[in-house]
Amino acid sequence: MKKKGNPFLYIGGALSAVMTALILLGYFWTPYDPTAMESKKFLPPSAEHLLGTDNFGRDIFSRVLEGAGTSFFIAVCVVLIGCVFGILIGSLCGYYGGLADLILTRICDSITAFPSILLALVIISVLGNGTYNIIIALGILFIPSFARIVRSEFARVRELNYIKSAKLMGVGTGRILFSHILPNTWPVLLSAITIGFNNAILSEASMSFLGLGIQPPEASLGSMLSDSQTYLKSAPWYALGTGCAIILLILGFSLLAEGLQRESKTV
Amino acid sequence: MKYTVKKILTLIITLFIVSLLAFLAFQVIPGDPTTKMLGTEATEEARAALRAELGLDGPVLVRYWNWLSAFLRGDMGVSYSYRMPVADMLADKLPVTFLLAVMSFLLTVVISIPLGIWAGSAKSRAADVAISALDQMVMSVPPFFIGILATWLFGTVLGLFSTGDFVSWQESWRGCLRYLILPAFSIAIPRIAMTVRMLRGSILSELERDYVRTARSRGAGRRVILSRHVLKNALMPVITFLAVSAAEIMTGSIIIERVFAIPGISQLLMTSISGRDFPVVQAIVVILAAWIVIINFAADLLYRVVDPRIRLK
Repeated sequence: MKKKGNPFLYIGGALSAVMTALILLGYFWTPYDPTAMESKKFLPPSAEHLLGTDNFGRDIFSRVLEGAGTSFFIAVCVVLIGCVFGILIGSLCGYYGGLADLILTRICDSITAFPSILLALVIISVLGNGTYNIIIALGILFIPSFARIVRSEFARVRELNYIKSAKLMGVGTGRILFSHILPNTWPVLLSAITIGFNNAILSEASMSFLGLGIQPPEASLGSMLSDSQTYLKSAPWYALGTGCAIILLILGFSLLAEGLQRESKTV
Repeated sequence: MKYTVKKILTLIITLFIVSLLAFLAFQVIPGDPTTKMLGTEATEEARAALRAELGLDGPVLVRYWNWLSAFLRGDMGVSYSYRMPVADMLADKLPVTFLLAVMSFLLTVVISIPLGIWAGSAKSRAADVAISALDQMVMSVPPFFIGILATWLFGTVLGLFSTGDFVSWQESWRGCLRYLILPAFSIAIPRIAMTVRMLRGSILSELERDYVRTARSRGAGRRVILSRHVLKNALMPVITFLAVSAAEIMTGSIIIERVFAIPGISQLLMTSISGRDFPVVQAIVVILAAWIVIINFAADLLYRVVDPRIRLK
């Protein structure tokens, strides 16, 4: 394939940059207080209220910003946990192989065979509700997918000549693992991170939608969608605005992932 | 034959391990359920009696065995919150969830495979970008939002559907299936996009293989190459993906039930999780896990049909 413009990378990059900027802005400033019930109920979208107001007269745009911020924070933490532990487990398994590798791979495979939300809900039922428990529950479930990717890369690269020669020259194992092999896994890892990020956003939204994620009055895109359903007849903009926010957030990063994958193929 | 026997043995062992794990997972949880059921002021004798009634006394492995043998006979224990047999609570809810999941799965397979093959034969750059972009867009929509949009569009705007008017299958099969069509599509649409993407990628990379060039040089037409040679190889990863999808579709239906007010296990599962009613959660988890293991078993058997080389191994 000849090297041509990569629209996925540009559009995805731009969209996720805009969404990230909006979310970061939302941490410091929102047009209205997301919990203040001062405006009229169910105002349709207008210049004052970009996405209208909800059943308590709260500004939906401000709440979407806050909710997206929470989802974003959770997703970042979840991916971080999954990525760090995944790299640790995956690199050791891939590099050393053997029985421990076999057992850990089997465990990872059986975890990934289960629907992640169901397992997360079971963990929540044990740990209880709350932002940090959601992060722990989803974090644990995201480890195997990263471990699997890192493992296969390490198992492939360890047989290459430059690693053998590094070993012969007496380079320490830690150095071989993390400064010789790890950088090679970046392209694969990067798209796994973007895909994992999306899955984390979706999982959190689904859990909050089911009422077992973020608890009110804290805003969350999932629980807002769940609320908005009650008022679908009188205020369809509530559901539409919130839903589109989730879609844009996910779409940006999945276009970015697609772009990154294409980029690594063409190089 | 040997392959099938081996796979059946693996299936039984996996089911056994899954049930053991599901049992143990709920044993490590701190807290005594009898405290919750009887209150903190109950006497020690009353608690011991209740423990014996619920089968909570005795060593873990003995309890596991009792639980498993009862489970296989259809006795899934007693709910802590409702003091009712779990089996009775699930009896009319579980089939609804399964029906929805099966419908969504069938829709996914029936629509995505022809669509994927069609998309796989479009090779130009414009088609590539258009198909991939559309795929990404559809994949980004959470199923429950598709559900909400569907209830809004078909319910509020067009007036063809009203949420909550669920017809049970005992009452009318047709009414039940009609009600489940929108929910099934809501679950299936993003899955279809993912499967199409998978199948298309798989077909495109398969088309670059040497045997395709050989077949072409022998004068075989595109259609023949695609249907006789490429498709069989390209379908292998898709079968794996669909098996994984079956698991995800199950959770998908638990979420979608909420949107369409379908009386499946969703509501019960959620109240049991927040009320820490573990026998109910445990039973649901084991049943869903068994379902997933069986789906994977079916996929293993299907590999053999699609790829005869596996029979030789």
